[in-house]
Amino acid sequence: MQLKFIKAAAAVGVLFSAGGLLMLAQQQQDFSKVEERVIRVQGFGPLGGAPPTQVYMMVGAGGNTTVQVGKDGVLLVDTQFAPMADKMLAEIKKLTDKPLRNIINTHAHGDHTGGNETLSKAGNLIVGGNFAGQVAANSPAPIFAHENTLNWMNKPPAAGQPALPFGALPTDTYFTDSKDLYFNGEAVQLIHPHNAHTDGDTIVYFRRSDVISAGDLFTPGGFPNADIARGGSINGVIAALNRIIELTVPADKQEGGTYVIPGHGHLCDEADVVEYRDMATILRDRFQDAVKKGMTLDQVKAAKLTRDYDPLYAANQGQIDRFVENTYKSLSDKK
Amino acid sequence: MKRTNGVKVAGSLILMMGLFGLPALAQVDLAGEWNPRFHEDQPERIPGPDIGDYLGLPITDAARLRADSWDASLLTLPEHQCKPHPSDYGMRGPANTRWSKEVDRDTQQTIAWHTHMSWQAPERTIWMDGRPHPPDYAAHTWQGFSTGTWEGNMLTITTTHLKNGWIRRNGIPRSEKATVTEHIFRNGDYMTWMVVINDPVYLTEPFVRTTDFVLDLQQVIAPYPCESVVEVERPLGVVPHHLPGNNTFLTEFPTKYKLPTEAARGGAETMYPEYKTKVAGMMKNPNTAVK
Repeated sequence: MQLKFIKAAAAVGVLFSAGGLLMLAQQQQDFSKVEERVIRVQGFGPLGGAPPTQVYMMVGAGGNTTVQVGKDGVLLVDTQFAPMADKMLAEIKKLTDKPLRNIINTHAHGDHTGGNETLSKAGNLIVGGNFAGQVAANSPAPIFAHENTLNWMNKPPAAGQPALPFGALPTDTYFTDSKDLYFNGEAVQLIHPHNAHTDGDTIVYFRRSDVISAGDLFTPGGFPNADIARGGSINGVIAALNRIIELTVPADKQEGGTYVIPGHGHLCDEADVVEYRDMATILRDRFQDAVKKGMTLDQVKAAKLTRDYDPLYAANQGQIDRFVENTYKSLSDKK
Repeated sequence: MKRTNGVKVAGSLILMMGLFGLPALAQVDLAGEWNPRFHEDQPERIPGPDIGDYLGLPITDAARLRADSWDASLLTLPEHQCKPHPSDYGMRGPANTRWSKEVDRDTQQTIAWHTHMSWQAPERTIWMDGRPHPPDYAAHTWQGFSTGTWEGNMLTITTTHLKNGWIRRNGIPRSEKATVTEHIFRNGDYMTWMVVINDPVYLTEPFVRTTDFVLDLQQVIAPYPCESVVEVERPLGVVPHHLPGNNTFLTEFPTKYKLPTEAARGGAETMYPEYKTKVAGMMKNPNTAVK
């Protein structure tokens, strides 16, 4: 029963990864019945006398959360829906008594950023210099994100909706193609793929643990979801998937090695990303061909170009229509 | 008096079981080296199936379109070159197989069976200790997560958490949502391996097939290292495939074997013996042969 609910929550996350619809999804869910589940991915160590570094995948309501735990503390990638934050903290405490030090948002959607404020406040900034004592105690953990993610989260809210509180917004942004962190004994690379799921995506690569946190540009249970209104594009999603395939190295026989935590869905490795990239590319090529032939959106819908993948990547006709419309628009727009 | 006799009988039985090593629950020892037999389906299993041959497969329209779009050049991409067969297909190919068992030292109970196959050297574990299958958010693998039970002298295996795979090596897919049941029968030096695939995505009904093996005491399975290389230079991101309606190779199979096109397209009906009569009818009236 609970698994069914988690599946439903994951499906809702994939389906409604766009502003108002996401809010509607959040309002419709009963978060009190959702439990956080944690699965260990992989890590390394111990380093000298320090505890080993481990990366976990946390599954609750909203997008998957990546949890890196080690000698320096806790780093989170994405924070699910807001009502899940306390349950996430409780699960983190089972993994370590070290403080939460860093949060990274892969993009702006509420199913990946909802817990920002609560989790950030529960964490603690590492502060140096002669004023450390004055600010460290009350400073929340920093939230890293691409600059465009901050811009989307800081937009004036829709009519009748409250603006996001200051504490929910990213505090450390970057506007280049990548940003480097070093935490828990390993390099943590923030990689910005251009115009993929949104225009503010970040792929997080834990280099020594050999784990990638992909965000919603990789959702193996659902069709690619380019949020056109927020700068996403199908070609950007495919380019980002190819970038992940470049980064991943399978251990043996195209299995294991680098693990990939998707935005929604089960834990994956390179072969799963390849399967998904193949699907996205094949469907993109079909749509591109239809656009070149001058077919209208209605004609494309009638042609059912996705019908061989529908039962694998869509739970209902609405999800199929959303993918078809987004992909057609993404390829039709002359920019 | 009666009770004493009962205890004596029970004691004797236990002693006899110990002396003769009677297996509990009629288990059969599968351990050893097994050599695949190719008296069935050899053209499909070794050289490979024809493009567009979907005969005898209970596939959905979705599976049909995926196979129509499939281009064998896909396998030249470096990221596709070292894939092993998934566990529900592995025994169909060059599948010299070693079965070995993992036994708990204290209880002498079999905790797991392990298989190792020749092509791409996949290793598989079939857990016999009653452990549950992982949650749905756990990783999927080429071999899947397998648990086994003995039903008389037949080993029945249930496998979930498979990666997306294939049913026939011409693009007919099997989805990661499938559950696979296997039945292993040993008759002396022969073993029959039955696979039943339930795929809610790409099959309209369970697909069953068997593969036979013979015990081979001389068999030594060679290592199978695999290194992917760039075989064909392409721009980054190219995925070979055929656009719908553009695969000109699909007609080769029915033409070669003088079959009605409809028969080549497969579907549950084509699995059953009665379909022969229908095909014969189509052959007499070629106008009905093309869908």
